[in-house]
Amino acid sequence: MEYRRREVLGASAAGIAAAVGGCLGDSDDDGEGSIAGEELAMATTTSTEATGLLDELNAAFRERFGTRVAANADGTGAAIRSARDGNADVILVHARSQEDEFMREGYGVNRRDLLFNDFVVVGPSDDPAGVGDTEQATAAFEAIADAEATFVSRGDESGTHTKELVIWSEAGLEPGGEWYQELGQGMGETLTNANESGAYTLSDRGTYLSRDDLDLEILLQGPIEGGPELLANPYGIMAVNPEIHDDVNYQLAMAYIGFVTSPEGQAVIEDFTANGEQLFFPEALSEDPDFQQYVPEGWQPDGSEE
Amino acid sequence: MPLDALSDPTYLRSIIRLSLTVSLVAVLVSTVLSLPIAFAVGFADFRGKRFVTAVINTGMGFPSVVVGLLVWYVLSNQGPLGTLNLIYTPEAMIISQCVLAAPVITGVALSAVESVDDAVRDAAYGVGGTRADVALITLKEARYGVITGILAGFGRAISEVGSVLIVGGNIAYADGTSKTRTLTTAIQFEVRKGEFEVALILGAVLLVLVLLVNGVVLRLGGR
Repeated sequence: MEYRRREVLGASAAGIAAAVGGCLGDSDDDGEGSIAGEELAMATTTSTEATGLLDELNAAFRERFGTRVAANADGTGAAIRSARDGNADVILVHARSQEDEFMREGYGVNRRDLLFNDFVVVGPSDDPAGVGDTEQATAAFEAIADAEATFVSRGDESGTHTKELVIWSEAGLEPGGEWYQELGQGMGETLTNANESGAYTLSDRGTYLSRDDLDLEILLQGPIEGGPELLANPYGIMAVNPEIHDDVNYQLAMAYIGFVTSPEGQAVIEDFTANGEQLFFPEALSEDPDFQQYVPEGWQPDGSEE
Repeated sequence: MPLDALSDPTYLRSIIRLSLTVSLVAVLVSTVLSLPIAFAVGFADFRGKRFVTAVINTGMGFPSVVVGLLVWYVLSNQGPLGTLNLIYTPEAMIISQCVLAAPVITGVALSAVESVDDAVRDAAYGVGGTRADVALITLKEARYGVITGILAGFGRAISEVGSVLIVGGNIAYADGTSKTRTLTTAIQFEVRKGEFEVALILGAVLLVLVLLVNGVVLRLGGR
């Protein structure tokens, strides 16, 4: 796959962001409509925070709008629950099935694809289960299960955990036994645990690359390096529906979504690196817009479901 | 990275300030609530006194994650006090720390009051002291125990992780200021990133702070 988004970014100039900024940030009459000084409550996942990407995005947002972002980083499941209860204005997560459910139930509005990276299967360099010889995620998991090699699962209903369960189920396996360990912790703690105990685990590429203290090796890559599509890791961003929770700051949430999906925000994502490698790939700008991104997966336009 | 805990002094200062503010306010509020209870129970003789004492002592060992969970339910936007919008704020952390610290302060102060020798009270009455005088004398006798209780409450508050993580959310802004990230939850965040050395240094900062506060309070207490 090839990523030449820089041109797209450059060509579009600072359009959307500048326009939104002009409307909201610089309104001169009695400050009405101004969002400066307010605070956006965000529910998000550990990977965006632990890699440092979120700091970059939020600092850029603040520079333009004068608005701070209070980001509460948890697993995708916890983030969605938090937003469902109205404890957040905007939500940035990576588990499409959970996002679609959130949207379909009316808790979220204006979902946009934001960025993507991929998942990687990592493990000890001597690779006792032979995961390095596999080419599919399901085959990799089968190899681990066959060898009964230790596998640590986040077990926290995060986006990564959700993906892991999908892979087990696609492989037709039900992991259990002493070799399969659920930690109930974030990606960082899980990587540390796998590193210490010589175990395999599934990680998002961003969190793995942002660590320089690991002996774990990538044994199977996702689509970014030509690996299986099953390991794709797209992130979506949604505003919490103000019709359901009237105390959420919808205006601010939309300003944020506008900013991070603008050329300016997408450039921040594109330029973000850790240990010399690009961790995330912007996905909101496209010469060939994918309108399907707004529609829940599996949605039938003729209303045939119920 | 903007939030490098050690290279960015505003970040570290902001975390320390929040840790201290939250814990000290919580201890102050708890003390104001606890001491009258400790003295009332300590002085009075009533049926069920042993039961009340047992309840207070149980509260001293209340698991902090359970307290965090309960406070979360009360303060969450769907909870009974949701309209106050307190979830994920320092105020929410203060509330949960009060719940944790108050029984400790009450319990230790109560046992200090009760351990004041009856002879002291009798003597005070004997020389014609009023009830208030006697209370004052007892307070003076029990003051070391009371101070110990307050310090124990402070220790419980500032070293707290479980409940503040749940009700506070471990939030720091991109500009390096802390909203609800305390020293303990910052340690948790560094551990999550695998930055154990940074976490250790933050732990040392926390220890020094606790030592300092203990030293200052004991000094003020006249020891």
